[in-house]
Amino acid sequence: MTTTIESPERIEPEEPGGPDAHGPGGHGPDGPGHDAEHAPHHGPTGILNWLTSTDHKVIGKSYMITSLVLFFISGAMALVMRSQLADPTSSLVNFQTYNELFTMHGSLMLYLFAGPFAFGGLANYIVPLQVGAPDMAFPRLNALSYWLYLGGSSVMTLSFLVAGGAASFGWVAYAPLSNSINSPGAGTDMWLMSLGLTGFSAIFTGVNLVATIFYLRAPGLTMFRVPIFSWNMLVTGILILIAFPVLFGAVVMLFCDRHFGTHIFSVQGGGVPVLWQHLFWFFGHPEVYILALPYFGMVTDIFPVFSRKPLFGYRGMVFATLSIAALSTGVWAHHMFTTGVVLLPFFSLLSYLIAVPTGIKFFNWIGTMWGGQLSFQTPMLFSIGFLFAFLMGGVTGVLLASPPVDFMTHDTYFVVAHFHQVLIGTTVFAGFAGFYFWYPKMFGRMLSERLGKLHFWLLFIGFWVTFMPQYLVGLKGMPRRIADYLPTNGWTGLNQISTVGAFIIGFSFLFFLANLVQAWRKPVPAGDNPWDGGALEWFTSSPPPHHNFTHLPPIRSERPTWDYNHPEHRKVEHGDGPTTPDEEKETVGVPS
Amino acid sequence: MKVSGRFLIFIGFFFGIIGIIYWFTSYEDAGSVMLAGSALLGLLPGGYYLWWSRRMRPLEGDVSDASVADGAGVIDSFPGSSIWPFLLGMGALFASLTFIFGLWLAPIALALGLSAIIGGVIESRRGGTV
Repeated sequence: MTTTIESPERIEPEEPGGPDAHGPGGHGPDGPGHDAEHAPHHGPTGILNWLTSTDHKVIGKSYMITSLVLFFISGAMALVMRSQLADPTSSLVNFQTYNELFTMHGSLMLYLFAGPFAFGGLANYIVPLQVGAPDMAFPRLNALSYWLYLGGSSVMTLSFLVAGGAASFGWVAYAPLSNSINSPGAGTDMWLMSLGLTGFSAIFTGVNLVATIFYLRAPGLTMFRVPIFSWNMLVTGILILIAFPVLFGAVVMLFCDRHFGTHIFSVQGGGVPVLWQHLFWFFGHPEVYILALPYFGMVTDIFPVFSRKPLFGYRGMVFATLSIAALSTGVWAHHMFTTGVVLLPFFSLLSYLIAVPTGIKFFNWIGTMWGGQLSFQTPMLFSIGFLFAFLMGGVTGVLLASPPVDFMTHDTYFVVAHFHQVLIGTTVFAGFAGFYFWYPKMFGRMLSERLGKLHFWLLFIGFWVTFMPQYLVGLKGMPRRIADYLPTNGWTGLNQISTVGAFIIGFSFLFFLANLVQAWRKPVPAGDNPWDGGALEWFTSSPPPHHNFTHLPPIRSERPTWDYNHPEHRKVEHGDGPTTPDEEKETVGVPS
Repeated sequence: MKVSGRFLIFIGFFFGIIGIIYWFTSYEDAGSVMLAGSALLGLLPGGYYLWWSRRMRPLEGDVSDASVADGAGVIDSFPGSSIWPFLLGMGALFASLTFIFGLWLAPIALALGLSAIIGGVIESRRGGTV
């Protein structure tokens, strides 16, 4: 069924009514809100709706649920590994199983949770709302990308069941460990096919994000009024288009090496094993920023709302994002310093440079909170947790960008601690900040603040208890990817602290699940704009009607909903066109 | 359109410069080729956008003082629901499994994939349910 979308009606600024801005009591949690009758939608229901829907909201929610399930599966694997390492000569799992566990933990978290949760889940849901679009630019392509993702993630998860077990060469699949001699069996092939399928899924989502943000912006929403989350998703989409095709090419080459007798990555046939590392990390390092930028965007949208201030340094944020993305594609070989065949100064210098735009972002986040009326609700707590976690991960990353330090710490637990702090800082702290922030919009009901805060504090404590000892044990020489060690190594105590921390993290997520169950069983209606947010997604009902908007406000800044709800504080800082006199009233200080 | 075009051109030039520096400092093939590819990824669509941005009316989304009424009218046709993406996805899944578990899966993959492609094209042409 094809629906022709008329553009939304205009709301005059002086017209009373509109969305209720403050607190619950707007619209009940059931049904698509009061605006449903304006945009009738007679599609299939139930499971057929799920199978056939091209609505970005349904697809986004499917993405989020799938990726969260994979997150919990992968987290459980981490707990098994931490249990194994709590005792020097533990035999909880055998070595082969341990290898499979760390491979699949990394693969599930990086390929199937962190990216898809952001660009397939939250961005899929929120970006069209933020830019005032009725849907993604290519709705059927969007649906296809979810089905490829579901197929690919099932293939990877089910690879545990085939003879020979799952892939066991680490999530980076270095040649020649991943060739058909060292890693025979269908598990490796399933891993490769899964990357192929989910890679295409990511590419399609990237195309959709770029096209939506370039072409479907609401009238007046110029590029420099687009909220930073959507800006970051635009840049992420372009990074996806740069990185994932390279990964797909590498996967095809490896598959040919394994099955069709080519020797691209094997020395015997004149191939170059280190070429795999070049191809992989040309994907892999932008991938790190594909995983980070969406989450930077989430906290950038959250800080102003809970500081009751406009964002400090909007354009600085945009250019910092652009610089991070551009630089991230020129630093791939800093993962390969110890191979001895890469240009150390080039990659070291570019890696250091990334710290500059990242520092600008930190400065702007702090500047946004500075002098604001801070309120520490769950999304804000998670965002602040992100600042601390990512700062620690980032600073140790600057250390690792120095080749002499990297030569000392390469493949030790120092690196493990570094990237877990970076990735948990972004994908978990910022990711759940975004989830708690936009949950009321997506489901029309509130999550419990009490359970949310318990979740945050346990996670925050567990995070430091888990990963700070890993820096130390790494400096004491413990290599990564080992299933046991000697009692005489002196690594036991630190490993045990780390294991306790990991279980605290695991425990904290019980509060998250309890929160979801409570919201499902005892819904508290959220209203359209429970946080008094400023971007366009808070203008429509919660959850939004079928094609998102029945009305649009006039858009004269990057906070159209704020301008509409608080005309006395209307802000035209970024309005680069002519304005009417009443729109030139300048924002003064902090709103009351 | 202009901002979008410039944005992509910037990406193209950045990777072009980095690629040239990289080639003349490392003489390493793989990275140089990938950087050149990234430069083209920015320059080709960016140039196309810039070319068009001078020949068309600006999008309402690019006009800073556009009112909502300026965007009035039909935005586009959006499919309400469609089974073909699901079938195409499953076709791709079976095609990938064919490479692992053997050719006996190929007919399923072909049937799913072809039906989805044909169905999707017809759906687009008719602009309605197929």
